[in-house]
Amino acid sequence: MCGIVGLFLKDAALEPQLGDMLTDMLITMTDRGPDSAGIAIYSEEIEGCAKLTVQSNAPDEDFAELEKDLRKRVEGKVSLAVTDTHAVISLQAGQVSVAREVLADIRPNVRIMSHGTTLEIYKEVGLPKDVASRFDIRQMSGTHGIGHTRMATESAVTTMGAHPFNTGVDQCLVHNGSLSNHNSLRRKLRRLGVHIETENDTEVGAAYLTWKMQTGSTLGEALTSSLDDLDGFFTFVVGTKDGFGVVRDPIACKPAVMAETDQYVAFGSEYRALVNLPGIETAKVWEPEPATVYFWSHNAAPTAQEKAA
Amino acid sequence: MQTFDLEAQGLRELNSSLHAQASDTNQTHWEIVNPKGSHAIAVGLDAPIEVNVRGSTGYYCAGMNKQATVHVHGSVGPGTAENMMSGMVVVEGDASQYAGATGHGGTLVIKGNASSRCGISMKGIDIIVHGNIGHMSAFMAQSGNLVVCGDAGEALGDSLYEARLFVRGSVKSLGADCIEKEMRPEHIAILEELLERGGCDAKASEFKRYGSARKLYNFNIDNAY
Repeated sequence: MCGIVGLFLKDAALEPQLGDMLTDMLITMTDRGPDSAGIAIYSEEIEGCAKLTVQSNAPDEDFAELEKDLRKRVEGKVSLAVTDTHAVISLQAGQVSVAREVLADIRPNVRIMSHGTTLEIYKEVGLPKDVASRFDIRQMSGTHGIGHTRMATESAVTTMGAHPFNTGVDQCLVHNGSLSNHNSLRRKLRRLGVHIETENDTEVGAAYLTWKMQTGSTLGEALTSSLDDLDGFFTFVVGTKDGFGVVRDPIACKPAVMAETDQYVAFGSEYRALVNLPGIETAKVWEPEPATVYFWSHNAAPTAQEKAA
Repeated sequence: MQTFDLEAQGLRELNSSLHAQASDTNQTHWEIVNPKGSHAIAVGLDAPIEVNVRGSTGYYCAGMNKQATVHVHGSVGPGTAENMMSGMVVVEGDASQYAGATGHGGTLVIKGNASSRCGISMKGIDIIVHGNIGHMSAFMAQSGNLVVCGDAGEALGDSLYEARLFVRGSVKSLGADCIEKEMRPEHIAILEELLERGGCDAKASEFKRYGSARKLYNFNIDNAY
């Protein structure tokens, strides 16, 4: 099964409530995915700064001296904000790759959940309500966000098997379904030098999109080619810095409902997830078509990446 | 009239109250408020009652219906009116995938669009859709009528047995063993009655009929439709 929720705000007045609305939507999808849950939230950008969201199974140990240790080898300002098992490292935009190398060296057990300028990803094993409360998702504000509740089928219930997956700078992916050619695709991508950490099928889907975009495809093109190259069932919701996109496989047996008003565009695996959104009674509600790429963006003048979608 | 607040009173109480109605019940009119996309609303009914659902529903609304009329004033999730035996289900909005699947009898009217797999394996139900239907509709349909006032998606009537498919608009593609068939006067008469039953503003003469080419299964003349 699995449940997906997504909320893209058009009305900035709702931004302080984004975390609260997404948390309610996520909890409603608990019976579609009680194994693990995660949320990707796009919040305020600080000029010239980048963010790395990291995770540790031993946060007390790993995060205690981390800020100090990073400052020794990473140039410019470095700050660390710890929330439960996750921490957001803020640093100068040009220092991200250095920081990743240093992290791998000094804290090999710390895993990178996401990197970007606005994106933060929080995910853990457990019921959606517990995961949301551990990270205090309700208090978060932002422009848009995506959440996922997982019922594991293809691989183990672990933090790294939870969604969303980070696919590139400020990009993430959540998935409902199961990919059947993930083993052969994983081998192919690994031969091409793409790093894939787990045996999870969705991570392969995420790595595939990342690889396509690194080799010249726009996000829209990458999603369109996924319809040919990925075998199996999928409803994907992808997040980017400026917006979010939706694509379903041609069979489209994994459910999807969308709602749009002047204030927001919302996605839910089921209509239940959307029922408490403001103005839902008069919203345009529809089911996205199979094998069709949908995209919404905050950018009045879309970049080349979004044009294709 | 009985009014039932689903959010306050719960699904189990709703369905057991509806199941408790005998064929000669005096409580023939039921209003369900606050459905909020819940699953399995008004399933397994077996009494001549009328149930109005004020809002949109989730999975399996009005499944296994017998005798009852269920009227949803909103849209419905997957599997609505699945395996219906008799009675009537009316959806004012859209229907998600496999609406009316495996239905043996009764009438399902969808005033908006129906999604993929509408009427899959239908076995005698009449399904009347005012809008469009999605791909793989009437897959392995065995008997009954599917009326589509709009367009049909890919692979209509794939592996069809004996069901009548009437489509007014375009058909994106026909499935294996599904072909266009001649619209004879008896088919016009059947369709006119269906259009009237479904409250459709459409003329029977505007429709095309599709059915089985009878190459994929061992056709027996006694099954002819």
